[in-house]
Order: sequence, then structure tokens, then C-alpha cells
Amino acid sequence: MTSKSQAVLNWIDERFPLTSSIKGHLTEYYAPKNFNFWYFFGSLALLVLVIQIVTGIFLVMHYKPDASLNASGVPVAFASVEYIMREVPGGWLIRYLHSTGASAFFIVVYLHMFRGLLYGSYRKPRELIWIFGTLIFLVLMAEAFMGYLLPWGQMSFWGAQVIVNLFSAIPVIGPDLSLVIRGDYVVSDATLNRFFSFHVIAVPLVLIGLVAAHIIALHEVGSNNPDGVEIKKKKDANGIPLDGIPFHPYYTVKDIVGVIAFLFFFSAVVFFAPEGGGYFLEFNNFIPADPLKTPPHIAPVWYFTPFYSVLRAVTYPLFGLDAKFWGVVAMGAAVVVIAFLPWLDRSPVKSIRYKGPIFKFALVVFVICFVILGYLGVLPPTPGRTLVSQICSVLYFAFFLLMPWYSKLDKCKPEPERVTFK
Amino acid sequence: MITFLKRALAVLLLAPALTLAADESVKLDRAPVSTDQAALQHGAKLFVNYCLGCHAASYVRYNQLENIGLSEQLIRDNLMFTGDKVGDLMRIPMRRADGTRWFGAAPPDLSVIARSRASGDGSGADWLYTYLRNFYRDHDRPTGWNNVIFENVGMPHALWELQGEQTATVSTAADGSKTVALAITKPGTLQADEYDKAVADLVSFLVWMGEPVAEKRKAIGTAVLIFLAGFFVLALALKKNYWKDIH
Repeated sequence: MTSKSQAVLNWIDERFPLTSSIKGHLTEYYAPKNFNFWYFFGSLALLVLVIQIVTGIFLVMHYKPDASLNASGVPVAFASVEYIMREVPGGWLIRYLHSTGASAFFIVVYLHMFRGLLYGSYRKPRELIWIFGTLIFLVLMAEAFMGYLLPWGQMSFWGAQVIVNLFSAIPVIGPDLSLVIRGDYVVSDATLNRFFSFHVIAVPLVLIGLVAAHIIALHEVGSNNPDGVEIKKKKDANGIPLDGIPFHPYYTVKDIVGVIAFLFFFSAVVFFAPEGGGYFLEFNNFIPADPLKTPPHIAPVWYFTPFYSVLRAVTYPLFGLDAKFWGVVAMGAAVVVIAFLPWLDRSPVKSIRYKGPIFKFALVVFVICFVILGYLGVLPPTPGRTLVSQICSVLYFAFFLLMPWYSKLDKCKPEPERVTFK
Repeated sequence: MITFLKRALAVLLLAPALTLAADESVKLDRAPVSTDQAALQHGAKLFVNYCLGCHAASYVRYNQLENIGLSEQLIRDNLMFTGDKVGDLMRIPMRRADGTRWFGAAPPDLSVIARSRASGDGSGADWLYTYLRNFYRDHDRPTGWNNVIFENVGMPHALWELQGEQTATVSTAADGSKTVALAITKPGTLQADEYDKAVADLVSFLVWMGEPVAEKRKAIGTAVLIFLAGFFVLALALKKNYWKDIH
């Protein structure tokens, strides 16, 4: 580095922790050297967040959150999306990147969370990272839900109607709460405007704050790894973990490979199947919202369906409160219970590699149940499907709530001293 | 506990059978969708002649038809019947309230109809192709028309002078399921195969109109994927080079 640029850097460093931040988070942040495939999804989630923010900024320039009808009798909001698709230069690309990005976000985040389950990334000392992560997931659901109203299609409208109505099932405060959320007695222009406000500024601010907290907490304690052993326990003479390598350049060059591979699949959807077979952009949502015409079947977007199935699985009233309320409680609990994992897992080892058969079996059943719940959430209910979703819901909760016992009972293998390279 | 788990697993294994119980679905004919300009232009002609009277395409401007190979003059001379300007949206003078009064429901805007009509049964094009070929005479309906895949539809058979009149024969099978057989009882100006071709062109135009950028999108997409594939090779080589000392 030339003395002049060094002087500039020194000037900055005396006023702002630039060099020390780069060292602390990149060049001297030591990550375990044995990250595998599953470790791509954290950086990919960050990438998708950036895609959503950048494309979102450009969409806001042209989108109009207005439910009134234009001269042709089409809601202005709906027409403005088609205007973006047809008349804004490159607008179709920006819109498809954003709509595909929403689904990609959940795919990446679900895989990222599954990685945590596999390798016990939630265990001490990473409990807070996990809690921040659960909050990110919760906030992301709110963000996606509100964003889905904005195109003002039939599914936007009726999906919002169904979900906001759920809040009215809460005793005492419910009816007023749902009124506050909608800003009206029905989903209307008032709802569209407040959801727009929440979607483009309020919720993203919270999301970015939580993501920052998630990463700061991670860099404080260091990353877990597929073996679930702490690399900080074995350090060399300089205090550098023996199994650690600097995040930059090693993981930056590795993550670029992951990013390109991700972008390949992402682009394949954006350019060749932007509707995602009717799951990323639902067909019914190409019909403008019509408050007088209820679609025969209202299904939430695919990433909500596992939790929607849990909601629908509750069909019994209890303690004088109707089933809908308990359904809401179950759905909320299905998300919140994830945050308690650090204290539910009593296994002596972190990683699935050294855990015993009971945990492996439980995890397989859990994943199968989650997928079945997701699948059932897309379909209209029948008695048979409700029974299946009830069983899957019970098993979903059993995975978490019985974990303190089965994780302790399990016959685990001994953890290695150092990480292994597979 | 163990028996519960066993039962639960048994139900899980049966889950696909329980959940795949068939929903009501209609059998749709596959639409021979074309991106050929002659077909799209023919479809555009049918669209402005037979559809645009009642249905708007209010996200589409007349001059966007230049993208299917028509010149501005051709559009003016052949496809515009009102005093619209060539840069105007394809709107209609009929008020929605009147549409609702006359047909029971205001005729929907057709700009994205091909996208909205897709379902598990088939693409939106398949639905439209089947729908437009399955009108039949029904004197119990206010318009005198009914449709096999859209029962008690409010729309009359706009293309009847091309197809002619079909009459339905309903037969009920032993299990109670009904099948409707249509036969042409009054011929139109087109033969059956000519009519199918005309509807195919019209549907192709509706598909084009649903997403005019679709062909360009795929062309750009191919270039993007090739670029990313090449970039992937370089990125992987870079990674391997950096990581050669890590064991």
C-alpha cells in the first residue's frame, strides 16, 4: 500500500473502526475449515435479502398502492403491476426477480434452518444467534404476507382476508386488533396502504436490524461446523484456532461458487418459469381483487402452507374458546417453539454425525411431517387430509417437546477432538 | 406410546393415498399455441373483431402490436375501429355497471386472461382453447348459449358465425357422472378444422398479450444461463486455487 493511501486509511481508522472491522469480520475472522454444502445458505440468504431490497426500491418507483378502480374498472394497484410488466423498461425483470426472490428467500432460509437442526448450531454458546434467527423467520413471514397483498389480485385480497380474520379469534382484544391491522372492517384501500408502508419500510428496518444482530452474535462466538466441535478449544501459539481459516479470502471465494450456482437456478426460474408452476405467482392472482367474489379455494403461498395446515388441523373447541382460536395458538406455537430448541436438546453431542438413531429417526419423521403439512396446506381440506394433518401436527410438536427425553436417551458416538474433512 | 407411533407411521405412509383423492377436474384439450407472427396477427384480427366489443385489454396499447410484426399503418387501417389513437390502451366504451346488468357479470379484461385461467387441469391456453370450442345452444339461458366447461356462463358464443351452432346430448353413466357430447347442427362459415385453427390463433394471441415479453425473456434467459455456467467454471477454479493448501 502506498504511503498516501495508508495515510488516508490511518486518518479514517483514527475516527472509525474500519481496518479493525474488516479484520474482525473478514480477514481475521476464523471460520472452521470443514464447512460443507449446507453452509452456503447463510450467505445466500443475505444475497436474496439484497436482491429483494434493490428490486423493491425500483418497484416502489412505479407501483401504486391504490385500490380504487381506474377508467377501465381495474384496481389501480393491480394495473400498476401490469404497467411495470409491460411499459417500464426492464420492469418485468425487476418484478420477476422480486416475486421469485420471495420464494427463493424461504427456500434458502428453510435450508439454512435445517442446517442448524443437522449440526446443532443452536446449542450453547449460540442460543442467541438461534433466537435472532427465529425472529428473522417470524419477521420474514410478516414481510412476505404484507408484500403478497400489494399486487391486489384475488389471492392477495382473500388470503389477507383469511389471515387477518384469524387475529379476531383472540379473546377480548381480537376484534379490535384485526380492525387495527386492516384499518377498516374489510380488507380495503386502507389495508393496502398500511401494508405497503409496513412492507417497504417498517418491517425491512426490523429485518435488517435483526440480520445485523444475527451476524454480530455469530462473529462473537464463532461458527459451528458439521462436526459440532468448538474450533476455539485448540489454538496455535498465536491464539488462532488450528482448524480455523480466515473468512476472507477462503470463504469469500467459496461463497462466490455458491452464489453463482444459486443464481443459475434462480435465473432459470426467473427467465423460464417465473410463475413457478403457479406456486410462486398464483394463477388466481392474475384476476384483480374482487371483494364480492370469493374464490372457491383460498390457499396461502407455498411457504406458509406447513403452518397453515397446523392451523386447520385444530378442529376442537376447548375451554369455551372456539377451534379457530386454538388453531391460531397452534400455528403461533409451531413457529415460537423453534426458538426453544437450545434448551430442548439435551444430547451430549451437537452434530447429527455423532447423534444416535433416535434423533436421526425423529428428524426424518419431522421433515416428512413438515413436507406433508406443506403439501396439505395447498389443497382444500377433506376429512382424510385433516386427519393426516392432525397426526403430522402432533408429530411436529412431538419432535420439539419430547426432545429433552429422547435426546438424552439416545446412544451417541464420541465427538472427535478436531474437525474432520469429508 | 410405541403403538401410537406405529399407528402414526402407518397413517403417514398412507398419507399420499388419503390426500391424492381426486378433486373435481375438467378434461381440457391441449391448445396448439404458436408464437408464429402470422398466427398472432390472425389472432389479433379475430380479437379486435370478436372480443374487443365487450372485453377490454386495458393494459395493452394498440401500437404494442408492432411487436407481432404489424406496422403502425396496418394497425390503424385494420385493427382500430374507434377514434382511438394508436398509442391508446385497448379500452371499451361499455361501462362495467352496464356489463353487469346485461351479462350478470361485467366481461373481464382479457389482457392477462391466459395467465389467470391456468390451473392444475392445464395451462390458461388449454382452458381458453377448450372453452371457445365448447359453446352449445341452450334456450334456457338468457343469451341462448351455454358452455360445457363453464356451466351457465354469462357470455354468448361470440364466434358462432364462424363455428356454427352446436347442440348438446347429455348422457348419464351408471356412476352418475355426466358426459356432454356436442354436434354441429347448423354449420358456420368455417369447417371444424378451420375453426379449431382460428381459435388456436386467437388463443395464441391471448397468450402473447398475457406476457408480450415472454419470448424476449427466454432469449435473455438463455444468454444469462450460459454466462453463469461459464462464470461458475472460473469461480470454481479460483476457489480450488485458493483452497489447495487447506487439508
